[in-house]
Amino acid sequence: MNTRTKRKEASCHGTTDEIIAGSKRVILVGNPNVGKSVVFGNLTGNYVTVSNYPGTTVEVTRGNGRIEEKNIGIIDTPGMYSFLPITEEESVARAILLNEDSDAVIHVADAKSLERTLHLTLQLMETGLPLILNLNLMDEADRLGIKIDLEKLQSKLGIPVVATIATENKGMDNLRRAIINIPKKSDKIFRYDATIEPAITKITRLIRGNYRISNRALALLLLQDDPEINDLLEKEENKAAIDKIVEETKKFFSEPLNYLITIQRQKIINEIVKESTIAVRPERVGFRERLSRIMMSPITGLPFLLLVMYGLYEFVGVFGAQVAVDYLEKTIFGNYINPYVTKIVTMIIPWKILQDLFVNDYGIITLGVRYAIAIIMPIVATFFIAFSIIEDTGYLPRLAMLIDRVFKKIGLNGRAVIPVVLGFGCDTMATMVTRTLETRKEKVIATLLLALAIPCSAQLGVILVLLSGNIDMLWIFAGVMALVFMLVGFLASKIIPGESPLFYMEVPPLRWPKLSNVFTKTYTRVEWYFKEVLPLFILASVFIWIGKITKLFDLAVDLLSYPTSWIGLPKEAATAFLFGFFRRDFGAAGLYDLKNEGLLTGVPLLVSIVTIALFMPCIAQFSITIKERGWKMALGMAAFIFPFAFLVGFLVNLVLTTLGVTL
Amino acid sequence: MRLSDNAEEILEYLWRMNNEMDKEVVNWEELKEDKDAPEIKELLDLKYISVSDDGIRLRDDGLKEAEKTVRRHRLAERLMVDVFDLKESLVEDTACRFEHLLRREVQDSICTLLGHPNYCPHHKPIPPGRCCRKAERVVKPIVIRSTELEKGSKGIVAFLHIQNSNKLQKLMAMGILPGIQIEIVQKFPSYVFKVGQTYIALDKEMARAVLVRKSDDG
Repeated sequence: MNTRTKRKEASCHGTTDEIIAGSKRVILVGNPNVGKSVVFGNLTGNYVTVSNYPGTTVEVTRGNGRIEEKNIGIIDTPGMYSFLPITEEESVARAILLNEDSDAVIHVADAKSLERTLHLTLQLMETGLPLILNLNLMDEADRLGIKIDLEKLQSKLGIPVVATIATENKGMDNLRRAIINIPKKSDKIFRYDATIEPAITKITRLIRGNYRISNRALALLLLQDDPEINDLLEKEENKAAIDKIVEETKKFFSEPLNYLITIQRQKIINEIVKESTIAVRPERVGFRERLSRIMMSPITGLPFLLLVMYGLYEFVGVFGAQVAVDYLEKTIFGNYINPYVTKIVTMIIPWKILQDLFVNDYGIITLGVRYAIAIIMPIVATFFIAFSIIEDTGYLPRLAMLIDRVFKKIGLNGRAVIPVVLGFGCDTMATMVTRTLETRKEKVIATLLLALAIPCSAQLGVILVLLSGNIDMLWIFAGVMALVFMLVGFLASKIIPGESPLFYMEVPPLRWPKLSNVFTKTYTRVEWYFKEVLPLFILASVFIWIGKITKLFDLAVDLLSYPTSWIGLPKEAATAFLFGFFRRDFGAAGLYDLKNEGLLTGVPLLVSIVTIALFMPCIAQFSITIKERGWKMALGMAAFIFPFAFLVGFLVNLVLTTLGVTL
Repeated sequence: MRLSDNAEEILEYLWRMNNEMDKEVVNWEELKEDKDAPEIKELLDLKYISVSDDGIRLRDDGLKEAEKTVRRHRLAERLMVDVFDLKESLVEDTACRFEHLLRREVQDSICTLLGHPNYCPHHKPIPPGRCCRKAERVVKPIVIRSTELEKGSKGIVAFLHIQNSNKLQKLMAMGILPGIQIEIVQKFPSYVFKVGQTYIALDKEMARAVLVRKSDDG
């Protein structure tokens, strides 16, 4: 698997198709969380991760669909609020419009907030690209009593307007028809004031080159100090003359031009909205609204969070990690697969050495496959089911809003809940999602904390099993991890330079999760996880096998037994730690075997769990860290994390033994 | 006719001595002005002051005029602090220059905008103007930061007050723009605004940048 596809699949796009050559090309754009990915799925038949969280699509997805026997290539872009980008996703989305040919651009929009969404529509119209306005989420608008006169809106804008409820596949045929009748560009031009208009005209006259978007749109972006457009035109055009016009226009106003232009556009939009909205029923506070406020108010929101966490524990920690693991491990593997495979292998292969590769203590089947399927899979699968449900309801942005103040203390903002919560599922995926954070500082801190103090579901599941029945140990473990998370975050926020983050986020409406969506999403994630994990587990078995033959393994265990004994652990734990370098859940699973053999109990058990939980998550996560943050940063983090993990283990041991705690 | 800036400063000083130090006659050394300075002559011609060897004293007309000058100065200070969010160190100097530019119509508008404040940022009283007496029932300022709105109340965005354009752009992207109505749904732990049918969560710093006029139906 090359890294490119790995990255794609990691963001859970079920497709890596390229567009069939020669077909018509359609680009989907729009505000975050309005259902672009659902529309994409409907048009292509491919599944793309859909969630109720703004900014889920961090990458561009391409797929092919057929309309009236013709191939249509569809491109799904990350959400954008404005054609003047602020975030990386917006830049990515705009770059597609600037750099790729398209026969039609579909602006997928939220029907219930026309005032807001039309900003992007108008900006897209200015670009001169052939545009279709797709008013999606008509059901939500309907529920709020908003009725829109589509004919009127269409004539006001001069572009096709199509209403859909993409999740129910309603109105999609109209959208397909609109695509096939490739839209003409609108002849409507919305004018700005008497100072800005002449400046636009002057700049458009100066632009000589040919660009995919109109000179008028370029001029407007230049007036608004768009750095990317400035760079784009730097070489080709008489930039000095253009800059002069921009500077002179700025002098007329005390406020930034983008502010003024947006305000003027808002006025135009207000007119359009007034004329094309038929009725807005006076709203009442419904059930969703009340529930939403319960989630967001600190007094009711905290108990609600605890309830969610308890539910998560019951489902993942008890059902997934205990009931399901027990069944798969003891019954399926213990009674059937292991003995059966061992019998066959010993029958076919007469040499003990080669037998060890497949079976016995560290064999590919008995260790690698068993860990991956019997211990890790049920935990990961139950976590992702739970996570998908939580994600689709729209709870996470509400959690972000609740937790923002706490996260500010560690140099992050509320937005970081998504990578952090996702980290409890899979740190590798979560590290990839840190891309949606705004500043470099936040990205670095979030990556570090994920690598250090957020155990992934696989590992957490094993840990919960290890600690099951000992509530004191569980609390101490949780307390130590929380302390490390806050302390390291706090120090990192002081040391790493950069602006302190701002928090702003759209809180989407609460939605009922769709079962089919939850399952497809879980399936894609678990599938991704397996492709990532199973080879590593098998590889680890092979490494250990080679290491055992060459005695390198024993040497490494010997070396590791020093720090292991410094933190008060039995020598055997060193083996688990060695596994921990491959994947920390693997290491934790090694502890599980030690515990079952009765070699590890009480304080040493807790100490070893804490230490291994602080290890870097796994090789996959490490390689993503390199990709996202660079070699230097990734190695730096590793150099900090491993000794630090032992240090914390040492301290926990010291404190507990000094206090004479027995667990 | 308009007084010169320096003459206004002298009036202001005399008024402060008079009202806040109980000193009716201010001697020349304290005033640091020359007896034959043109400003003194200007004020004498208008019969705003009377002069003796001990010092100067305000006459009735002068007292009224001085009160207006002080009012302008302190309103200017409030404007700098409440609306422009200027640093303390800059307030004094800017307000000094600003007061001379304020005409009566403008000063009353500013006074109304600020909600007819009673005290300047240094907690000294602001002499009330005509507008204040007219609008005795209106106590709340017209334009306030959205963070000062109560939970559940509504406001129309008056303007966005921002130092950095990145932050401005974010607020605009969220649909928070002048002329748009917002409802304060929640204030703690973060601010939640309802803008149209959309809910936006903001931290305090972002929310502070939004200045609103209180809506009547709020």
